[in-house]
Amino acid sequence: MLNLNAPREWLRGGVIVAFAFIVGAAAAARADDLQDAQQLFKSGHAQQALERVNRALAANPREPQARFLKGLIFTEQGKQQEALDIFAKLTQDYPNLPEPYNNLAVIYAGQGQYDKARAALEQSIRTHPSYATAYENLGDVYAKLASQAYGKALQLDSSNAGAQNKLSLVRELVREPTPKPVAAAPVAKEPPAQVAAVAPKAPEKPAADATTEVMQAVNGWAQAWSKQDVDGYLGYYAKDFQTPGGEARDAWEKTRRTRISGAKSIQVGIDSPNVTMHSPEQASVSFRQTYRSDKLNTKSRKTLELVKLDGRWLIREEKAGK
Amino acid sequence: MRRFAIALAAAALVDGLIADYPNFRLAYLVRGDLLLARARPLETFGNVVKTVPQERVEGLREEALARLRALRERPTEDLLPRYVLQLNPEQKHALVVDSRRSRLFVYANDGGKPRLVADYYVTLGKNGIEKTREGDQKTPIGVYHVTANLPRKKLTDFYGAGAFPINYPNEWDRRQGRNGHGIWLHGVPSDVYSRPPRASDGCIVLSNPDLVSLGRQLEIGLTPVIIADEVEWSDAPALEAERASLAAALEQWRADWQSRDSERYLAHYSQRFAAPGQDFASWAAHKRKVNGAKAWIKVGLGRVSMLRYPRERDVVVVTFVQDYRSNGLSNAMKKRQYWAKEAGAWKIIYEGPG
Repeated sequence: MLNLNAPREWLRGGVIVAFAFIVGAAAAARADDLQDAQQLFKSGHAQQALERVNRALAANPREPQARFLKGLIFTEQGKQQEALDIFAKLTQDYPNLPEPYNNLAVIYAGQGQYDKARAALEQSIRTHPSYATAYENLGDVYAKLASQAYGKALQLDSSNAGAQNKLSLVRELVREPTPKPVAAAPVAKEPPAQVAAVAPKAPEKPAADATTEVMQAVNGWAQAWSKQDVDGYLGYYAKDFQTPGGEARDAWEKTRRTRISGAKSIQVGIDSPNVTMHSPEQASVSFRQTYRSDKLNTKSRKTLELVKLDGRWLIREEKAGK
Repeated sequence: MRRFAIALAAAALVDGLIADYPNFRLAYLVRGDLLLARARPLETFGNVVKTVPQERVEGLREEALARLRALRERPTEDLLPRYVLQLNPEQKHALVVDSRRSRLFVYANDGGKPRLVADYYVTLGKNGIEKTREGDQKTPIGVYHVTANLPRKKLTDFYGAGAFPINYPNEWDRRQGRNGHGIWLHGVPSDVYSRPPRASDGCIVLSNPDLVSLGRQLEIGLTPVIIADEVEWSDAPALEAERASLAAALEQWRADWQSRDSERYLAHYSQRFAAPGQDFASWAAHKRKVNGAKAWIKVGLGRVSMLRYPRERDVVVVTFVQDYRSNGLSNAMKKRQYWAKEAGAWKIIYEGPG
């Protein structure tokens, strides 16, 4: 039995490793090209960046980050139509990503097509209701559209030259800084309805053990919160948890209970977590928290300080920001 | 959320309005505000930057207020303008302009009594009302009628869909020494839908669609145009009482003329009476001579209209067709008299051809 088992284990492991190696090697090459391209683009070498991006795209033509970067490069190079095509195609292929809509809108706005810009930004916000950049840009587009409407209201758009000077006056003062493309590549976001499973599910890998345990606790905490399982949720807090503002534990628990059970629905998502082990029993986890309820939608950065007590990771402190 | 829904509905309405009337400047101003409100809080209505010539914005704001006020403060059904005491059967409509409201009301002749059938936003003189001088860019106050129909093709684009001159200065204006000419009802240039409330050189300006529909109601030489500062409103019983008291005075004047008793006849005339080229003394001397020489006089009055003069104290313009017969002379003529109440009695202060 033992003999038979061992090679089977080995075989299975070997296949997984080989597969991982092939995929990993290709992914690594692509990732290198993409990273290089991003670096080159940032340092102002748009043409070289474009070459790297094209290499990355040759390996995987649908890759959204590379396509997005290519769109940015074209925007930078003043190739409006090419950039527009890329962002437009991205919105079709990845209708849940807000950034391509946003950049599409920026190009439309640059062409004076404010109605189209507005539609794209509204779509961007529909995909991600808390997308601040789109809101800011949309505000600018509304202000632009308003200034156009005012221009018509005041007959400043007539063919007579004097009137046109007055028109540019209106536009100048109403105009806000022109919308800027989002510089960062899109982060594929989890649908907010789900709690992101962030930890690799490989408990047999000993190196990942501690961080995995920590992340399991954090995910469990977010899930209990999402399910509005208040007892489960409160169970993730250590006895000596530092309540915000030094509130009495009882009072804090009571508030949490009312808040959580008072909502019709809650969805908590955890994005890009970063675990720091201070000791085998102490860890910090920083992440982007997406909170969606029937009453409130927020995105914020959060850091949890956790301690391991009796084999369980518990929250000792909850901090806003990194 | 409710406010947001209202803003969305408003945006849809204003977009529809602009689709229908692409030159409606005020609609663009409202659209601008609705859009800007989504970017930042509004500070004022027509939230354009301060560097824009403020009189333009002010004109649109005033137009908005005038239009809103007309919607909010419609005269109730029992209210009638105090001016239209009686219309003659040929006068199908009468126009009453409320200058303060920038509003023109159209009354149909319902068996001699006015009935409101339409009202329109109007632009009046840059410098307001009470025209007295040529070039003062004011709109006259008084009782007028349309005197001509100038079709679009005879006009420049400035007058839009057409023009209907009125008879400013009338006999009363001339008597007060007022001058000037060329006060018209007319449309607007093709690049606008409407103009601010105070923008004309004294004319009454309507949007082109409004002028076209109003034009269908106008009859040359017949349709009264009463321009008031702020319309005084009354009700049907009060109007009827006034009409009846003046109608009785008019009938007594007719009967006394027919009686050939010159003193009774002349008792209807005020000491301040004036006719073209005559004062009371010369008029009285002439009438005594003529009436005394007649063996008989028959006077018939037809198509009587009675229109109170705005701004004047108890002055009514009475217009009729006078059928005069006597031994020696018979004629029928249109006549206009101004009657004024003096110490509680109606007296004639002007008489001339109508």
